Amino acid sequence: MDKRTTEARVVAELRDGMTIGIGGWGSRRKPMSLVREILRTELKDLTIVTYGGPEVGLLCKAGKVRRLVYGFVSLDSIPLEPHFRAARQAGSIEVTELDEGMLQWGLYAAALRLPFLPTRSGLGSDVLKYNPDMRMVRSPYDDGEELVAMPALNLDVALIHMNRADARGNGQYLGPDPYFDDLYCMAAKRRFMSCEKIVETEDLAKAGPPQTLVINRTMVDGVIEAPGGAHFTECPPDYGRDEAFQKEYATTAKDPDEWKKFEERYLSLATEAEYQQAVKARSGAEGTQ
Amino acid sequence: MGATVVSDATRAEVCVAAVADAFRNDGERLASAFGAVPTVGVRLAKLTDAPDLLMSDGVAYLRGDVPSLSGDDPGEPVIEGWLPFRRVFDLLWSGTRHVIMTASQIDRFGNHNFACIGDYAKPKAQLLGMRGAPGNTISHATSYWVPNHSGKVFVEKVDVVSGVGNDRAAALGEASSRFHDLRCVISNLGVFDFGAPDRSMRLVSRHPGITVDEIVEQTGFALTIEGDTPETRLPTEPELALIRERIDPKGFVNREVPA
Repeated sequence: MDKRTTEARVVAELRDGMTIGIGGWGSRRKPMSLVREILRTELKDLTIVTYGGPEVGLLCKAGKVRRLVYGFVSLDSIPLEPHFRAARQAGSIEVTELDEGMLQWGLYAAALRLPFLPTRSGLGSDVLKYNPDMRMVRSPYDDGEELVAMPALNLDVALIHMNRADARGNGQYLGPDPYFDDLYCMAAKRRFMSCEKIVETEDLAKAGPPQTLVINRTMVDGVIEAPGGAHFTECPPDYGRDEAFQKEYATTAKDPDEWKKFEERYLSLATEAEYQQAVKARSGAEGTQ
Repeated sequence: MGATVVSDATRAEVCVAAVADAFRNDGERLASAFGAVPTVGVRLAKLTDAPDLLMSDGVAYLRGDVPSLSGDDPGEPVIEGWLPFRRVFDLLWSGTRHVIMTASQIDRFGNHNFACIGDYAKPKAQLLGMRGAPGNTISHATSYWVPNHSGKVFVEKVDVVSGVGNDRAAALGEASSRFHDLRCVISNLGVFDFGAPDRSMRLVSRHPGITVDEIVEQTGFALTIEGDTPETRLPTEPELALIRERIDPKGFVNREVPA
């Protein structure tokens, strides 16, 4: 089965109010070309589930987010995400703030079609105070220990970005960490994977050992070839984080006029190809300085 | 011995030695540190009394060697293991870890906040979020680092509890809190533990040049202070050499804590 598709076709499937899981971690291997496509639409009231990076800031700033489910939001080399902070400080988004491990547990429960998974994480902390719907569960064995019943984080849609994939939906990471991208896919009804490069199936194992093939084709409904699709987050070994660009993003976020210029330069462009062109022109200009 | 040696150790280097002491007896477990002083401190511990400590490279690998803070060491890094984030969670829930985290606020029972300041629904300042603090504190040994000791950080009551303190752990009961293990707080002014009878914060030592009165003045709650408070020990000459020549030749720690 050929699952190749485009950002535009994937995002056309999305509806207001959907719960969308976004793979990667912080400012690392985020499916940014899919996020940029969401920014071009009228979509709203989304629930975003993620170990957050700049995609959270961009979606919050564009008014797409009703609720955010997260353990943190960070740009890594810049610890605090400016647009996310602004949205929180304006009280403009609802939040489900979790311990990082609880977020994994919720995705894992959803992936395994379980209603919850027990954990000690959260006990005694304000995670439980600010998530009053979260229940406790008592061990049915002799120990009788009381644990947090981390509910399944069932997703409507998962969006992830990989280094390589084939047209059938097998996906490969070539960097140091698979993050939780497989769990997002297994927790979601519809699963879309962008990648740096689509290759023939027989070439996947030539790019890296078979253990790097963490996404198999039962976990994916659509594959998008998106070279530079994780920009400006890192996607090693294909490319590192575009720190200069990220700095520009974070700096302009603090000034409405500067942000408007940033938006016009990079975000109001009609297609991903134009965005990549603008990024190329930018780094070219930088190179001549 | 006997002759008085005048040490030229900076305040930051005193803090580094205090961090190293906090990890000295940890044996074979993952030592995770955030901030320049804690990072240099655990590396100093590994190079001196605690060679069995495990350390992450901050990405996804366990480093078998001890790199410098600037990371421009000659030679290939020694990778002794793979520790992607999901295995970090496995490891920390299994308990083989001691973390030293930064604190935006901490109270007398060690309840910790780096999530946000102010009203949770509409915070005055959104900070890191819960990150791993709830799971860390309920699962394994935890210490804290505060480079800017003041009444704004050492508060009567934290705005949000991200890391669990001793009073809250006790309220959970023995079964749920049996892995909760708050060790110490190291600030730019002194070293503290939770050795008071009610397991609240106690002053262990004041850094050279710092008085008990200064610490009391900069702390927003009543500390337990027993008798004469000793000075925090100075780093030894071999320790100073390791800090300055091997671990932190560019002196990043002195930027985190001015002398």
